[in-house]
Amino acid sequence: MSVPAPPSAGRGAELGVRLRDRDLSAAPATLNLVESRTPADREQTAALLRELSPAKLGGEAQGHVIGVTGPPGAGKSTLLSALVREWRTRGKSVAVLAVDPSSKRSGGSLLGDRARIDFDPGDRELFIRSTAAGERLGGLAPATRAAAQALAPAFDIVVIETVGVGQSETDVADVADTVAVIVQPGSGDALQFLKSGIMETPDVLVVTKADLGKIAISARRDLSAALRSLGARDTKVVMVSSVPPPSGIADLADAFEDHRAALDLPGRRLAARRAAALADFAVEHGERGVRGLGGRRAAVKLLAEQDPALEVPALVAVLEAKVAA
Amino acid sequence: MSETPAHRLPERDRPWMMRTYAGHSTAKASNELYRGNLAKGQTGLSIAFDLPTQTGYDPDHELARGEVGKVGVPIPHKGEMHTLLDGIPLDDMNTSMTINATAAFLLALYIGTAEENGVDRAKLQGTTQNDIIKEFLARGTYAFPPGPSMRLIADMVAFTVTEVPKWNPINICSYHLQEAGATPVQEIAYAMSNAIAVLDAARERVPADQMGKVFSRISFFVNAGVRFVEEHAKLRAMSILWEELGRERYGVEDPKHLRFRYGVQVNSLGLTEAQPENNVQRIVLEALAVTLGRNARARAVQLPAWNEALGLPRPWDQQWSLRIQQVLAFETDLLEYPDIFEGSVVMDGLVGELLAGARAEMAVVAEHGGAVEAVPYMKAALVDSHRERWRRIESGEQVVVGMNKFVETSESPLVDEDGGIMTVDAAVEAHQREAVEAWRAERDQAAVDAALAKLREVAADDSQNIMPASIEAARAGVTVGEWSQALRDVFGEYRGPTGVGEATAADHGADLEALREEVGRVGEALGRTVKILVGKPGLDGHSNGAEQIAVRARDVGMDVVYEGIRLTPQQIARSALDEGVHVIGLSILSGSHKELIPTVIDELRAAGVDVPVVVGGIIPEADVAPLKAAGVAGVYTPKDFDMNRIMSDIVALVAAKGGVSTPA
Repeated sequence: MSVPAPPSAGRGAELGVRLRDRDLSAAPATLNLVESRTPADREQTAALLRELSPAKLGGEAQGHVIGVTGPPGAGKSTLLSALVREWRTRGKSVAVLAVDPSSKRSGGSLLGDRARIDFDPGDRELFIRSTAAGERLGGLAPATRAAAQALAPAFDIVVIETVGVGQSETDVADVADTVAVIVQPGSGDALQFLKSGIMETPDVLVVTKADLGKIAISARRDLSAALRSLGARDTKVVMVSSVPPPSGIADLADAFEDHRAALDLPGRRLAARRAAALADFAVEHGERGVRGLGGRRAAVKLLAEQDPALEVPALVAVLEAKVAA
Repeated sequence: MSETPAHRLPERDRPWMMRTYAGHSTAKASNELYRGNLAKGQTGLSIAFDLPTQTGYDPDHELARGEVGKVGVPIPHKGEMHTLLDGIPLDDMNTSMTINATAAFLLALYIGTAEENGVDRAKLQGTTQNDIIKEFLARGTYAFPPGPSMRLIADMVAFTVTEVPKWNPINICSYHLQEAGATPVQEIAYAMSNAIAVLDAARERVPADQMGKVFSRISFFVNAGVRFVEEHAKLRAMSILWEELGRERYGVEDPKHLRFRYGVQVNSLGLTEAQPENNVQRIVLEALAVTLGRNARARAVQLPAWNEALGLPRPWDQQWSLRIQQVLAFETDLLEYPDIFEGSVVMDGLVGELLAGARAEMAVVAEHGGAVEAVPYMKAALVDSHRERWRRIESGEQVVVGMNKFVETSESPLVDEDGGIMTVDAAVEAHQREAVEAWRAERDQAAVDAALAKLREVAADDSQNIMPASIEAARAGVTVGEWSQALRDVFGEYRGPTGVGEATAADHGADLEALREEVGRVGEALGRTVKILVGKPGLDGHSNGAEQIAVRARDVGMDVVYEGIRLTPQQIARSALDEGVHVIGLSILSGSHKELIPTVIDELRAAGVDVPVVVGGIIPEADVAPLKAAGVAGVYTPKDFDMNRIMSDIVALVAAKGGVSTPA
């Protein structure tokens, strides 16, 4: 049992302590907080993440952060629905952070994916939250990074679902332990993106609609060949079908576990925190701010010198102090 | 004997079949209603089933709450079917059943009941609506995924063509597409594409020499709006396309088999809550659209009641609509002439335009891989069309008398204290729950278990036909909920596309800009973009209104969580909590708001969600005060067509709740 936060600690710290205690019911309020842009709430978010730093946790958060991305129509939501069922059957608690693109025109967004994930309203170990991507097309909102970091100590699995086969995977890679790209057979896009280097090599490539038989198998073959030619031998290709009877879902869950087991988790998490800190700093202070640090490379170097146990807001504070100095 | 001149018929045509879409509360009450309607000169039956029956849930299922006996009659098993049809000569009756996902079982109950009354199945005449694609697109009473759903339809086609040869196993419905906002071109194109999907599936299950007969048993269920000249042209265009399709794609040659046969229910979408008496003349004009020209005249007509936008019609309201048909058929000279549009330049020109448009749109659907694969495309296209229609009404470009123009009115004597509608006794549901439990307790459980086991086996084996096992199940006393669950176990569950995610961004000019500004201001003050949950509790699948609200909320800058239809109050509360929404909009058109809305609010409070809730739908005036007493912040009905005003109210509610000051 961790020590309860002192009563004066404020909302952020209280939520942090609850999450450290794996109180899953803290998730909705946590998201409301980390998504908020008011200065007071930003401070509370920093306080929340402080409670969840590796130092406070006594190590890395136990949850497995998985990024799932792919083009619209690839069957992500249906797949996710089946995956969530599989994880729940295995007794794992799951948080899904679904990131939808926003309308550039109105600033509003239709957060539709939830409609396609079956959920039992009485299930307290499953949390689904949809978020608009914000102003950057296909990008990951700073709030989503913070949310994933906040929920990882509490949930066994934290999924970040994003749309796209372009730049957004790199964003997801900044925060996820394991990145999966979903492609559907017959669409050559993923193959082209892989070959041209537009798409970073994912940890797991998922070919959906395996019920399409021949097309799916040839898609798998082409992708495997492309991965070999890129020297990405560690990337697993998994075929799944969400059409009843679903197939490949357990294999996929296993592939995620295998990847995580083979991973240098502290190393990846440390890199993720440092990348996130720089990204958050850049969102806040812009390119001018980055130049103030002596450029991106100097910033990376500065971050690399910091205590590995520092959480993201603390790292951002280091960068800000440097600019001010 | 002198020859009949070309402008006259040798003898007056027989009138079309006259029906009224009816059914409510209980099988017994509905049986009395049917007998009364037949005594008034109705010539066929049109059974309206309640939503639990349509979606495959027994009256005691959680999802059936508030819906039992509301929009139709509950028929969970053969005992209720016997009561419903008591005293009605089934060998002589032509019965239309508005049933889709569970059509195979309801037909099985009908056949079983007829046979237990000594009527041979070969003598049965009627129609099962059975069009699942339009359920995915517009009506929402689907139960199984697209693939297995199409197989059930093909099974019924293959079964009836030999076993129940006078039965129309499917009515391809363009009706609901128009209700969902389809333009005439979309209505034609999507209905024809849908028919192609059905016929292609049937072709794999019947011998080639039966295809002409199969083709001839496919009928249509269409809509007619108030633009009745163009609407008539639409029907002529459909009959031309149908014949073409039969000849070219399916090699049908017999002219009798190639005839385009359709029944109709005229437009409900255009009926107004404001000055509802005006709906009578709309209905008359729409009836002309489907009867005027002999070459494309309806085989069966049912007319809505003048007060449909207010709530459930009473028997007298339905009688009025039947009398409209009777005056048209028996008093006017309509049935004395050959086709009155033959050689009309205007009609031919309109038909040509519609044909060209429909062919182009059918090609787009074909490119998507056919109607089943194109459901998300068609759904999004319908949401867009509906939004365009709504925009024209809001802007006044499209005149709706009494609603956006000529709104001054004297007090109506038609809408009295009871609101001028029928209300279903709330005790019906409790009674039906007990009745189905009693039914289950009294039957031979071993026979039921055996029938369900057989059903599962047949469902899992694509080479077998579902009908014989379903008839066996019906005879054994299996309920509609059990039949559906057995198939859900094998086929899986399905949630249809919502169509809103793909909706294109709107351009509504200055009004929208001002709203965006305000939504942005409130969001900034709150720290997060204003987030709204749009929910449809209960079994009602009429999602057009909810979709339009969702899209407009997005267009004014809100983050919108829309989860589609058929949600339990618990699911809505859980989503509201997890998603951290600032406000909730609920939509119900099935009349179950009195039960469901307070339950949703209770669940929200239990979950600790304290945000404003607004409700939209067909809500009678008398129900508004109780809903507000239960905690609802605003109630919107069809007369509130100005969606920007609704949005403005919603933002104000969010601002007030969040302690955000009013704009400077």
